Amino acid sequence: MTPQQISEKLKAQFSDKILEAKVEGVLEPYIKVSASSVKEIAIALRQDPEFQFDYLMCLSGVDNGKNILSVVYHLSSMQQRHKITLKVEVPADKPEVPSVSSIWPTANWHEREAYDLIGIKFIGHPDLRRMLLPEDWDGHPLRKDYKVPEFYQGMKVPY
Amino acid sequence: MFETSHPIVKTSNGRALRSEEMIINMGPQHPSTHGVLRLELVVDGEIVVEVIPHIGYLHRCFEKHCEAMTNYQQVIPYCDRLDYCAAMNMEYGFVLAAERLLGIQVPERVEYIRVIMLELQRIASHLIALGTYGLDIGAFTPFLFMFRDRERILDLFETTCGARLLYNYIWIGGVSHDLPPGFIDKAKAFCKYFRPNIKEFNDLLSYNDIFIKRTANVGILPADVAIAYACSGPMLRGSGVNWDLRRDDPYSVYNKFQWEVQVGKGEVGVVGDCWSRYMVRMREMEQSINIIEQALAQIPDGDVHSAVPKRIRPNAGDLYARTESARGEIGYYIISDGTASPYRVKGRSPSFVNLSVLPEICRGYMIADIVAIAGSTDIVLGEVDR
Amino acid sequence: MGLLDKEFNNSNVVITSLDNLLNWARLSSLWGMQFGLACCAIEMMATGASHYDLDRFGIFFRATPRQSDVMIVAGTVTLKMASRIKRLYDQMSEPRYVISMGSCSNCGGPYWEHGYHVLKGVDRVIPVDVYVPGCPPRPEALIEGLLKLQDKIRQHSSVKKTA
Repeated sequence: MTPQQISEKLKAQFSDKILEAKVEGVLEPYIKVSASSVKEIAIALRQDPEFQFDYLMCLSGVDNGKNILSVVYHLSSMQQRHKITLKVEVPADKPEVPSVSSIWPTANWHEREAYDLIGIKFIGHPDLRRMLLPEDWDGHPLRKDYKVPEFYQGMKVPY
Repeated sequence: MFETSHPIVKTSNGRALRSEEMIINMGPQHPSTHGVLRLELVVDGEIVVEVIPHIGYLHRCFEKHCEAMTNYQQVIPYCDRLDYCAAMNMEYGFVLAAERLLGIQVPERVEYIRVIMLELQRIASHLIALGTYGLDIGAFTPFLFMFRDRERILDLFETTCGARLLYNYIWIGGVSHDLPPGFIDKAKAFCKYFRPNIKEFNDLLSYNDIFIKRTANVGILPADVAIAYACSGPMLRGSGVNWDLRRDDPYSVYNKFQWEVQVGKGEVGVVGDCWSRYMVRMREMEQSINIIEQALAQIPDGDVHSAVPKRIRPNAGDLYARTESARGEIGYYIISDGTASPYRVKGRSPSFVNLSVLPEICRGYMIADIVAIAGSTDIVLGEVDR
Repeated sequence: MGLLDKEFNNSNVVITSLDNLLNWARLSSLWGMQFGLACCAIEMMATGASHYDLDRFGIFFRATPRQSDVMIVAGTVTLKMASRIKRLYDQMSEPRYVISMGSCSNCGGPYWEHGYHVLKGVDRVIPVDVYVPGCPPRPEALIEGLLKLQDKIRQHSSVKKTA
């Protein structure tokens, strides 16, 4: 299916939850959805026999600036050989996105990493805790307004 | 008092022996964890009940550095250091994403040089993986033999770009140095020398009884679990899934070569066990030699620097590009905001995702099997932690 | 050694001969602890392999800190790992030496400027005897570092010189 067909089928099914579907004029077509509808759209993408998006290639957290954080899902299908990108935007003071780790188990670790580095909380994640940074680290480093701490456990952090 | 689900065994003088699960730490420093990986094992005697990996001991802030660099080309040495055993593959993934973002078309000679370097790097990386895997199981000799052959590949790299391990060779729009005179003959001589060595490795390690007993029927990864956990590379192909990004999501000039994708068939043991994954890697080395020989025969002339841009300033946009590294699918998601430095680069590394399936495939085996299973996932902590 | 120190105030032929013997014994069989963290670990393994052999110097790698003389810190030290390195260094028994291999453990390496989780040099947590520069250092450079450590051990004297 082409990205145009995928976005049309999704719009037909979830018309009010799709915020934007940009398939022309971009290098990578994407579909922006509202945060509350992520889980049902993900289930449809996984289970619908025409979609069959069974491979979650990548899940990234992004700090877009202007107090908006977003999560970008890159999906592909091994049978149908098509790809699509989903984007979700949330405000930085209440960054909550439903977790898709029950749909694609690989999202478990990706979401932990997004929480660790960007600070997005995934509702329904079985075990949301820091993964790359130590458990007692303060702050989320990949945010644009992050300040490097001076000391960590007695060790000087900057050069 | 706490409940225990274990049966209370009575000793001969009537006292009750309480047994419970024990937590053992396979700490960050361990000869067999291929880097700084901490595995928390919950064991019931010798049988492992749960494995909890703890990572982050090598988190080197790759993504923050990408945002801070003033130029896309400056990111490439950091990409090298992600998976330091397969540095060319890491560089190429980033360069492919950046070239697609910029819309650059590179000359054909550059594509051929890149394919030769990528496949040589794949062989070198598999030699490390298989050599250290034998070392984990207890076989020291294959390690020395494989590193001897790896030195010859590193000689080829050193004559081309001066570096043995971390090259900064593949640039956006080209490569840093053209092939030196005599490279093609030396590479052909290497291919001729290396092909019979694969048979030597098979005689030495692959069909050895002890090796088979330690790796066959151990750590079985079913195909549907592998796809659900987004495994890629030899982990996925060892489970019987016929999927290789060089053929199924093609890039560069791989469509000009004839080679076969190696899939685990379960000849010894079952499909998806450690032995299948090991054998997929061993056979992939031979297919890489095929690709290199064909590329050396077909390589055209040209200027390798003609497409290197003076100013790299892509339009605003984002892109995810994936390639087949030695360990699986390496993907780079680059967001550009129209300036000369990237806004966000996310590296999706194969080892990070392959490691996430480790708790699923380790249940019910013994502690010594954990070493075999962790070695067969072939992780490199540089790219797990980034 | 304490008994001999009390008997003689300054070095004489007994102490120097004993020193020479002990130093020669220690430097000829430096057992290293396998402590590869990152990319330099691959070069350390290549140095130990057959092309650039380390076994001819008497060096081979032990898995445990309790039985090793020298800890080659090969690779980037992160803040999460630093406390474990300190612990491993404490577990080594004297005489113990540390070689910092590669620019990441010398001074933070390529991550010195923006690495919020990288310790800028392992000498911020443990004392280092020899620094081997490079990213990664060639096997020959690592061998030179080990030979410099051997020189340092050769100079070691059991009689402490008072000012």
